Amino acid sequence: MKQLKGTSLFVKALKEEGVDTVFGYPGGMVTDIFDELYKEDGIEVILPRHEQALIHEADGYARSTGKVGVCLVTSGPGAANTVTGIATAYYDSVPLVCFSGQVPLHLIGNDAFQEVDIIGMTRGICKFGMILKNREDLGRVIKEAFYIARTGKPGPVVIDLPKNLMVEMGSAEYPKEVNIRGYKPSTGVHIGQLKKAMGLLWKAKKPLMLIGGGVNIARAGALLTQFVEETKIPVVTTIMGKGAIDTDHPYYIGNLGMHGEYAANMAVSECDVLYSIGTRFSDRVTSKISEFAKNAQIVHIDIDSAAISKNIKVDIPIVADAGEALAAMLKYNKRCDTDEWMEIIRGWKAEHPLGMKPARGVCPETVIEYINKTFKESIVVTDVGQHQMWTTQYLELTKGKQLLTSGGMGTMGYGLPAAIGAKLGNPDKPVICISGDGGMQMNIQEMATAVAHELPVIICIMNNGYLGMVRQIQELFYSRHYSSVCTCWRKGCDTKCGGPSSKCPPYSTDFVKLAEAYDAMGIRVEKEEEIAPAFEKAMQNTKGPTIIEFIIDRKDMVYPIVQGGKPLTDMILE
Amino acid sequence: MKKRWISLYVENYSGVLAKVAGLFSAKAYNLDSLTVGATEDPTVSRMTIGVISDDATFEQIKKQLNRCVEVIKVIDFTSIPIHRNELLYIKVACPAKEDREEIFRIAQAFGAAVIDCDMENVLLQCVQTEQRNDSLIALIRDNFKDIEVVRGGSVAIESISMM
Repeated sequence: MKQLKGTSLFVKALKEEGVDTVFGYPGGMVTDIFDELYKEDGIEVILPRHEQALIHEADGYARSTGKVGVCLVTSGPGAANTVTGIATAYYDSVPLVCFSGQVPLHLIGNDAFQEVDIIGMTRGICKFGMILKNREDLGRVIKEAFYIARTGKPGPVVIDLPKNLMVEMGSAEYPKEVNIRGYKPSTGVHIGQLKKAMGLLWKAKKPLMLIGGGVNIARAGALLTQFVEETKIPVVTTIMGKGAIDTDHPYYIGNLGMHGEYAANMAVSECDVLYSIGTRFSDRVTSKISEFAKNAQIVHIDIDSAAISKNIKVDIPIVADAGEALAAMLKYNKRCDTDEWMEIIRGWKAEHPLGMKPARGVCPETVIEYINKTFKESIVVTDVGQHQMWTTQYLELTKGKQLLTSGGMGTMGYGLPAAIGAKLGNPDKPVICISGDGGMQMNIQEMATAVAHELPVIICIMNNGYLGMVRQIQELFYSRHYSSVCTCWRKGCDTKCGGPSSKCPPYSTDFVKLAEAYDAMGIRVEKEEEIAPAFEKAMQNTKGPTIIEFIIDRKDMVYPIVQGGKPLTDMILE
Repeated sequence: MKKRWISLYVENYSGVLAKVAGLFSAKAYNLDSLTVGATEDPTVSRMTIGVISDDATFEQIKKQLNRCVEVIKVIDFTSIPIHRNELLYIKVACPAKEDREEIFRIAQAFGAAVIDCDMENVLLQCVQTEQRNDSLIALIRDNFKDIEVVRGGSVAIESISMM
């Protein structure tokens, strides 16, 4: 029988899985694999500048293309650096296969150089993880890894590859089929339950759809839109569900939750049937659980049975893929009389529309509006913080547009690398990264990756010289104790400073010079009229990334805000 | 809150015990007892798990276990007739003759076996439900100062005649 070296079977397996891009950072225990990849022309290896960013890049690639993101790192620090990225992907159900090198089997447990138990470290934050113990299992393990990552509720899979097994000769076979006795992802929909659920909708006076990220992952937005148009039931979304239905659709209300829109939070609090698909009712969505949708009977459709009745007790549970459920729902739908209910909702919208008060400096809302009208088919990627919430509030998502954001984990440093991954997967679409001055500097080194691959990502930094989201919480709920949030701070500043003043030292990172240091373009925007020219210049820079630093008001806030533990109706509006 | 029992069929490879035990600690489930051993099929292990929880948490525990790739099957023993026992060893220091005789009488009453002894110590082995073992321990603790207890955790299997 034909024999192959482990590394050769590894590359063969990637090709059989249709992998054309690998995010890889070399090191001692994976040099053999990189040597094999060197000989293979059909797989592009992207070299990031840090392994955390590597995972976010594969994550952005996977979210934007729907393909499995493939990561390859070395043992020890290489593997340990992936932890935050893996957790980020896990919480947002992103399909990744992360291969880590490992010291040879006979050295494991000896505290060998660059030995860490990465499977132990990631056990609680990945969908599945295992260390290869036999060369003969290599093909099967890789096959299963891809299968587990992309099916059911998708998620990251970690496979640890001891160096000695990768250079060992063994079977050349890559299996065609998968059969894992403990893993049978749910298929189909229980039609009886579904009819019961829809029966509730027809009887409801104030029905409401709550759409989570599951609908976007299933790429079932068109089915949802058709359902809503035929039934006339209004829709609220979670941050991860935003864009499942066009945001300018007349039956779309907005995001709900901690920074949700007034009308959306009111609608969910007043509705009598809440029909939810693909959400896990996180605390940022529900706020005080006992007050959440307390007038409503709740239907919950989710692919993950463990998500059902975990946080919210539901009346009708249905375990199903969002796409399959919506396709089945379309067979039984009918028009609901929601005219009066929509009137009430429109009243709330008119009462408290979203909008930022004009402030000093550049208004983030204006920047996002410029992005809305300029980039039709595009991918917008955010980091985490105030700019992220403004983006989820003001970004318009219509057909062909996508928003990538770290929703579950809220990982600062996600934005730039994820935007790079998205651009690699979608070279023909504009990719705009919206970041803050804090998060941007958590993975700033990826500017080098973007420059190396000539990726024209437009990076908008909303710079207010603060870790603004925390500053805002301190302002509202901690007696304005601005503890460790000022990024202008220097030795000599009053540690109990009560906010910005004319005595503040200058902001220390010059993002324009920093861009230039990376051989990229940098533009600073301090006035509203500079927004359009800056973007025009950035769009002309097609050979690499452009940083546009927007100097925004230091005291800008995200409104509405619901304090943790308070009911959703308890919104601070301004 | 009450005590409940689950049986798990799991893959028999390294890391599975850590996965299951880690799930309980990560999610702050109240794990009371966990035993594991290979089955008649060497690729499959079976765990017997005792948890203390309310109804909603118990449902969640079963679902979380079910979604582990390594878990082949979850059986809720709540309403299934089962045989369940725990292995208990108690070493009792009893230098006085009358104390040793008292221990022998207690052992007989509880169906425990005297498996080792010298003139100063007696070692009992008791295979009973964990509640009955609790009672035996309580009784001996109340009457003897110097004792040593090792418990194995419960194992359980579905009943044949009472199904």
